[in-house]
Amino acid sequence: MIELFYWEGCPSHPEAKALLEQVLAELGRDDQIVMTEVRSDEEAERLRFPGSPTIRVDGRDIDAMGANGRPSLTCRIYYLPDGRVSPVPSREQMEAALR
Amino acid sequence: MSIALGSKAPSFELPGADGTDHATSEYDDAKLLALVQYCNHCPYVLAWEGRLMALARDYADLGVRVVAINSNDVARYPEDSFERMKERAAELGFPFDYLFDASQSLARALGAERTPEVFLFDTERRLRYHGAIDDSRDEDRANRSYLREAIDALLAGEEPPVTETESVGCTVKWKS
Repeated sequence: MIELFYWEGCPSHPEAKALLEQVLAELGRDDQIVMTEVRSDEEAERLRFPGSPTIRVDGRDIDAMGANGRPSLTCRIYYLPDGRVSPVPSREQMEAALR
Repeated sequence: MSIALGSKAPSFELPGADGTDHATSEYDDAKLLALVQYCNHCPYVLAWEGRLMALARDYADLGVRVVAINSNDVARYPEDSFERMKERAAELGFPFDYLFDASQSLARALGAERTPEVFLFDTERRLRYHGAIDDSRDEDRANRSYLREAIDALLAGEEPPVTETESVGCTVKWKS
């Protein structure tokens, strides 16, 4: 199962979803992405949501390094392969998690 | 709702990450003053950070002052605490003042909504450009440097080619 958790206060989730769909298509997969909106600090705690977007494949966060961040309604920080900061996971992270 | 183009810059006196207080009057000699709503924890801020630092350095000798302002609620977002601001400014050697707006009064006066969000004021301290630093948080995809274009135009005595753009970034974290 592929889940994408997001918070509306952060504008990054449409870009993350589009990239995830693109990677899935390139890998020849037709999985549905289960979208879950996180609306409160309590939900963030309950869902162990370290920021938006958070993507899990079969329950496993695609970015292990950031998975244990403090649960919070915030934009999540990702690092691209070249070290730059990004508000969305890299294509490489998605591919690695889906292979 | 942010202040309208042509509005006067709000006055302020705020503590800086450099350990000193900074008042509006300190920037009276600047030809242009760019107030940038800012913070530590937002990936959009971090993605644009290098470009903002370069801009501040490039225009410092031309009389342009950049001032970053963190107004976020540090109780809910401790990464944005004043101590963390000091650490970050020292670690990266920010070429701009980084001020802590703990009461959120300056962010409210500006009507700021996002981080990063630019408010560029002219010599008379009237708002002449408001919005994004450029048109992509991904430096490789940025084609229009709105803030640089506005600064260049104002320094040349001309109108900025673009005066308002959408600020893409994290929300300002208001106290509840």
